[in-house]
Amino acid sequence: MSTSWPLWEVFVRGKRGLNHVHVGSLHAPDAEMALRNARDVYTRRNEGVSIWVVPAAAITASSPDEKDPFFAPAGDKVYRHPTFYAIPEDVPHL
Amino acid sequence: MADDLELRFERTVQAESRIEPRDWMPDGYRKTLIRQIAQHAHSEIIGMQPEGNWISRAPSLRRKAILLAKVQDEAGHGLYLYSATETLGADREDLTTKLIEGRQKYSSIFNYPTLTFADVGVIGWLVDGAAICNQVPLCRTSYGPYARAMIRICKEESFHQRQGYELLMTMMRGTQQQRDMVQDSVNRWWWPALMMFGPPDAESTNTEQSMAWRIKRDTNDELRQKFVNMSVPQAEALGVAFPDPELKWNEERGQYDFGSPDWDEFWQVVKGGGVCNEQRIAHRRKAHEDGAWVREAAAAHAAKQAVKEGAA
Repeated sequence: MSTSWPLWEVFVRGKRGLNHVHVGSLHAPDAEMALRNARDVYTRRNEGVSIWVVPAAAITASSPDEKDPFFAPAGDKVYRHPTFYAIPEDVPHL
Repeated sequence: MADDLELRFERTVQAESRIEPRDWMPDGYRKTLIRQIAQHAHSEIIGMQPEGNWISRAPSLRRKAILLAKVQDEAGHGLYLYSATETLGADREDLTTKLIEGRQKYSSIFNYPTLTFADVGVIGWLVDGAAICNQVPLCRTSYGPYARAMIRICKEESFHQRQGYELLMTMMRGTQQQRDMVQDSVNRWWWPALMMFGPPDAESTNTEQSMAWRIKRDTNDELRQKFVNMSVPQAEALGVAFPDPELKWNEERGQYDFGSPDWDEFWQVVKGGGVCNEQRIAHRRKAHEDGAWVREAAAAHAAKQAVKEGAA
């Protein structure tokens, strides 16, 4: 008799203007109960104004083993950063 | 390849960076963490019982609301920690089973009974105080999800400790009988609180490896000393004495000297011989078994809803 509830990942928006941030996980039978449980477990002290719950099984993540090659495309593109460009100091507002 | 992974792991730990769930880690590291975090989670869950004992008999609505919030926090702390063990591949059902079958441990402090309402205050002050000493360094532990759970827990523990101390201050301003009740409670909890830091360093088998992996950040004896140093002025301000004739300031060391807890008693309680061991586990087992129909009904409801939504 395995009736163990599925795992949900919980994301909380701390206040208006901020992104939802991952805070942990919990077990619940369905999305609605997951939301209610998330409120009780992760926002007992006004830590949030909005909660997302996502079935843990639905998340696809990059693999840490391929960490270096996966993020390599950004590694050698210093010209994507504003500091790459030398601008004379007396030019204003740049 | 394996050496390569191990080297990367070592470097990450040495650099004070964090290990995250999908990273490669040595089997021993994973096992030690699951054991330690599960034991910690079980302690939070079992820890609801000694204080829960007084909810229905709290002396005022204010104290009852505070105590309810505190016990609810303990449940929350247990859940943050179980959640962290699951990132390591542990199974929640399995951990609960191990707890109620006595195959995994929880902190021995919860095997002592709460005889008076003063115990609620002393648990907040000394037991949660000792827990904070243990837990603050764990906010820097090398495993990311554990460290993050500890940060949340430490923030909330501060409320636990302060409500306990305030409760005791109120009682100390009361009648002589109430003051005696506080002192009696301190007498019973002081030594068990010191035992919460675990056996002396010389006998602590797990410390060295855990320190190398930066799971543990300070030794048992270091933390115990720190706790004594912090607690003495608090006891003076409150007007109670700790039951230790050897407790005195050591000018040379710049720390307090103190006596040794009764380690025979400690091991006896760890091995199941405490006053409340059986009661705590029996209660947890009953709560789990009594809740079985709720878990099944909720799962059945969810399955039905899913079918309905599929049909619509």
